[in-house]
Amino acid sequence: MIAACPACVGAPAAVGLAQTTNSVQLSVPSVRCATCISEIEGQISQLQAVASVRVNLTLKRVQIETDRPVREMVLALNQIGYDAYPLDARALANDVDEEGRNLLMRLGVAGFAMMNVMLLSVAVWSGASGATRDLFHLISAMIAIPMVLYAAQPFFKNAVSALRAGRLNMDVPISLAILLASGMSLFESLMGGEHAYFDAALSLTFFLLIGRFLEHRTRSAARSAAKELAALEAYTAERKTENGSETVAIEALKLGDIVIVASGMRVPADGQLITPKAITDRSLLTGESEPVSHAADDQLHAGEVNLAGPIEIQVSALGQDTRLHQIARLVETAENARNRYTSLADRAAQVYAPAVHLLALVSFAGWFFWTQDLRHALNIAIAVLIITCPCALGLAVPAVSTAAISRLYRLGFLVKSGTALERLADVRTIVLDKTGTLTRPDFNFDLSDFGAEDLRIAKALAMGSAHPLSQALNTHLCDHPPAELTDLHEIKGCGVTGFFGQTPVDLGRAKWVGSDHTGLCLKIGEKIHTFPFHEPLKTGVVDMVKDLRAADYDLQILSGDTQAKTHKLARSLGVRKFGSGISPEEKRSYINKLADQAQFPCMIGDGLNDTVALASAHASIAPGTALDAARNAADVIVIDDTMKKIPQVFAISKKAIALSRQNFGIAVAYNAVAIPIAVLGYATPLAAAVAMSLSSITVLINAARVGYEK
Amino acid sequence: MNVLALLIPISLFLGGLGITAFIWTLKSHQYDDPSGDAARVLAEDDLHP
Repeated sequence: MIAACPACVGAPAAVGLAQTTNSVQLSVPSVRCATCISEIEGQISQLQAVASVRVNLTLKRVQIETDRPVREMVLALNQIGYDAYPLDARALANDVDEEGRNLLMRLGVAGFAMMNVMLLSVAVWSGASGATRDLFHLISAMIAIPMVLYAAQPFFKNAVSALRAGRLNMDVPISLAILLASGMSLFESLMGGEHAYFDAALSLTFFLLIGRFLEHRTRSAARSAAKELAALEAYTAERKTENGSETVAIEALKLGDIVIVASGMRVPADGQLITPKAITDRSLLTGESEPVSHAADDQLHAGEVNLAGPIEIQVSALGQDTRLHQIARLVETAENARNRYTSLADRAAQVYAPAVHLLALVSFAGWFFWTQDLRHALNIAIAVLIITCPCALGLAVPAVSTAAISRLYRLGFLVKSGTALERLADVRTIVLDKTGTLTRPDFNFDLSDFGAEDLRIAKALAMGSAHPLSQALNTHLCDHPPAELTDLHEIKGCGVTGFFGQTPVDLGRAKWVGSDHTGLCLKIGEKIHTFPFHEPLKTGVVDMVKDLRAADYDLQILSGDTQAKTHKLARSLGVRKFGSGISPEEKRSYINKLADQAQFPCMIGDGLNDTVALASAHASIAPGTALDAARNAADVIVIDDTMKKIPQVFAISKKAIALSRQNFGIAVAYNAVAIPIAVLGYATPLAAAVAMSLSSITVLINAARVGYEK
Repeated sequence: MNVLALLIPISLFLGGLGITAFIWTLKSHQYDDPSGDAARVLAEDDLHP
């Protein structure tokens, strides 16, 4: 070890401190089994300067303690056959799931207390009386009161904040039932009364905490996954300085700065082009699939991808003024509108909570007027509150959505929003973006009909033009050496012409070379070849369209690309309704129009131009390759980028909602039987315990059905 | 009924033991990666260190 300073030799601890290793977090989606774990941990830990490796199979993440750059770790994982994506340590820093562990702790405490109190209660139910019963009640109280006060805090907090806002939610009757049951039971025990509901208060807390914990888990899994994906994009720019360049954060750019954009990189900010020529792919911004050429002084927008050599731009807009930000603002407005969606559980609570309170109050008043016995009336009111307490209702939705969301996760979908399943189940019209969603935004030339010499001529001709198509062909033919051509010149708007030996050769528009075909043509002597090129469909698109149509969805394509291309694609997929050349704002108003017609549109798109539509649509899906703005706006993200399984998202959502409703039905049926018993004063703590456990367990088992394959 | 004087403290003690064990598992991060831990059991790493 080489110490940096002599003092460090004398203080070994300082050396250790000076060499603090960084923690690198990588998302590795393909980790599946025990073998993967030992393979990754075994191979990576043998690398130099790697202090430790730990695979988390649940989150599909690898954490490496090392002081080497992240890129090397990604390469190392790629070499042993795993895709790895670096995660932004900053974004993940506050990702420690404190709340989940907190809930789990309360759940565990409530569970243990419930079991112990239940055991004591069994003794009481089986006939303990007199001093023994009172003793058991008091011991139960000793366990139950502190445990309830600790474990049920999440409900109390929610109830208080709802009451402060002047609303009623499910937590108000829950808190009331738990508190009244514990308080009244304590009083009864001290007075030597017959009935104590400590076990009911605890099992209520326990079952409801299960629901709360499940809800939290799905939500936090989705949240951290969304964070992960957001962290995949680099937020830096290469700024030109007097002597070379420096990498700076995008926020640190100033107006007038000159930024260098390497080939294949995204333009980091809006700006004027300084380099004489540039070709960019703006499919993420506008949906155009063909590369766009620019001349000096043209305006480039943040998000365009530089396709040709390195370019320099002068930053002309930052922050609030960029096109990117304008779109972000529209998205925000649309999202606010969507957040007003009331979930199934909330709607149920709006009816249920007042009904329960009223019922308890009425039974209290009725019994009090009839018997003039305050204590008895209060006991009955509490029994009503406990029996009707929405144990099953509180579990009905979270249990189903947890099962559905984890099944979708196994299929490769991330569900980001809690109400997404409900909204997806409503969908009747599906609006698809073209470039990036149905097709990959690059050209695929079919070269099977060409000889090697033809290709060399084509390459030489393509090199003579800056037209995006020629450039794309040029890149596509990177393996072929160019032929020697003479008298090479470009005829603007038509193509490139030259001589190969004595033979005249042309590359250009079909009409210009004299062909009846369309697209790019190569003419050698009198012989004409066309370069058939097409935008390749993404995997699974054909199956997706077929399945969605079979499921009776109305499919439409909305693209920012040209009429011809959109039409061709729509025809090949058999989609009748399509729109082309559509701006982001037009997409949004189209979506809103569909929404007004009660079509519940679902937008599937990936680009910045889709973002506003994604956020305004009733539900939305984005492929994993989408721009992060689009992923943020979407409800569901397709992780492994195959579109084939998308119909299953809709199918599972529908099934989940059907099961949720069924669960509500079960809960209501239980109540229909139990409420009269409670109101009439026949409910004993034993009856309450049985009813509550049975209904909760039935609901949980019913929810699990959504997780099974057919 | 005198046996209760003995049994109740014992059962409370055992319950307390259980919950302490649970709190320990939670504090020592044993629920952070359930599927990973399930898979690690199958690894044969301990045979060749």
